[in-house]
Amino acid sequence: MMTSMMMTQPMSTTNAAPKNKTKTIEISGLDFYYGKTKSLKNVSLDIHDKQVTAFIGPSGCGKSTLLRTLNRMYDLYPGQRAEGSILYRGRNILEPGVDVNMLRAKVGMVFQKPTPFPMSVYDNIAFGVRLYENLSKGEMDERVEWALKKSALWGEVKDKLNKSGLSLSGGQQQRLCIARGVAVKPDVLLLDEPTSALDPISTAKIEELISELKGDYTIAIVTHNMQQAARCSDYTAYMYLGELVEFGETDQLFMTPAKKETQDYITGRFG
Amino acid sequence: MVGEHSSKQYDQELEGIRSKVLLMGGMVETQFEEALNCFRVDNQELADKVMADDHAVNQLEVQLDDACSHLIVRRQPTANDLRTVMATIKVITDLERIGDEATKIARTAKSLHERGMVSFNHYDIVRTISRATADMLHDALDAFARLDGKAALQIIAQDDEIDYEFRTILRNMITFMMEDPRTISSALDTLWVAKAIERIGDHAKNIAEYVIYVVEGRDIRHSKVLATERAEG
Repeated sequence: MMTSMMMTQPMSTTNAAPKNKTKTIEISGLDFYYGKTKSLKNVSLDIHDKQVTAFIGPSGCGKSTLLRTLNRMYDLYPGQRAEGSILYRGRNILEPGVDVNMLRAKVGMVFQKPTPFPMSVYDNIAFGVRLYENLSKGEMDERVEWALKKSALWGEVKDKLNKSGLSLSGGQQQRLCIARGVAVKPDVLLLDEPTSALDPISTAKIEELISELKGDYTIAIVTHNMQQAARCSDYTAYMYLGELVEFGETDQLFMTPAKKETQDYITGRFG
Repeated sequence: MVGEHSSKQYDQELEGIRSKVLLMGGMVETQFEEALNCFRVDNQELADKVMADDHAVNQLEVQLDDACSHLIVRRQPTANDLRTVMATIKVITDLERIGDEATKIARTAKSLHERGMVSFNHYDIVRTISRATADMLHDALDAFARLDGKAALQIIAQDDEIDYEFRTILRNMITFMMEDPRTISSALDTLWVAKAIERIGDHAKNIAEYVIYVVEGRDIRHSKVLATERAEG
């Protein structure tokens, strides 16, 4: 009886058992408040090591909020608070006494709009590194080159390292921001709609970059573009009205979602 | 059962594809029915019509393939929509083959009656298998139209009976041919027809399998899933 039960289970709909068992971040029972408004409701999920996890859902569903809790970006704003627990490498980062600066060095973030500092391409990258490390000129040059190569920008900017970061194109600026995030050698990269302001070619370059970076980093990406989530993530979480509706392997979620709400959203039968 | 898309145009495109598949299904069903009629009684005109109709069925297959490609490139369907499109592409291949088999039956029937030397009741021999297959095809198309996974499971089970019936006919024809060599040509013709009918049963089974894929998202082709489920009742 047991064996026959197992045989009737479709191959593809195994629950989200990770191929890679290591969890970088374990979120459990997470609630988030903007003042009195509760915008995340009891969210629990695991972000796996060296995998890409995508968050999708309509505007206001809490996906960016969730991303911002992962490096306590919300701390910068009064009246915002998180309850529950987020274990990063076994330690609850919501507890007081966590060194937020070190956390953000380990959990880097890239925003929707490219935000280069008004300084040279070189300094844009060196700036963050100097905060955490004391490198010689030679070592810093190497680090800048390494970060620019990692973010597939080196070829395009190697002759204009002293030019302003703002003189680059939108796609280049975004890759510069990723280089800046990568330069401090973080563990996790959070990408909040990194390509929503970019043209298809820059978008393709960034997606290519994501798949390369996941060899070294754990990546969480928020995107409005479902095809993008399908293309470049290993796991996908669908959120709606502050709740996690479904979380699973990307292929399975897009082929045979378990929940009707997920199906309605990804097939465009929403609202 | 499933709600509407935010894009009405998308709904219309999917509905357009669906109704064309059903139209194609109706056409091959008629083809099959008429082909069996030509086999039963001599009707050269009807046989010619069945063969001519195959052209229209082929055209529909080409059109539907094209419509599916367009839908994929324009809409990037996911989940049940994607499964519907993938299943459609496969269903129409089976329908086109059913059309081919019906054409084969009509052609054989025509030559059998032209030679006019049937020494046994050839139609009686395929009566059972053709009725079972016609029902199965009808039910499979019905299950596809209604996306009825339960009905599809039952249809798949019926294919074994058709296969069994074919083997019976085979033994039967061998006996005829051994007893009286003059029956060989008409026995062979009858056998080709029975084989074509049996193949139509296989295609109907495939269609039922795709229905299960669309509804439940699982691919049960070439698996023992069905036998297990049947054993469990």
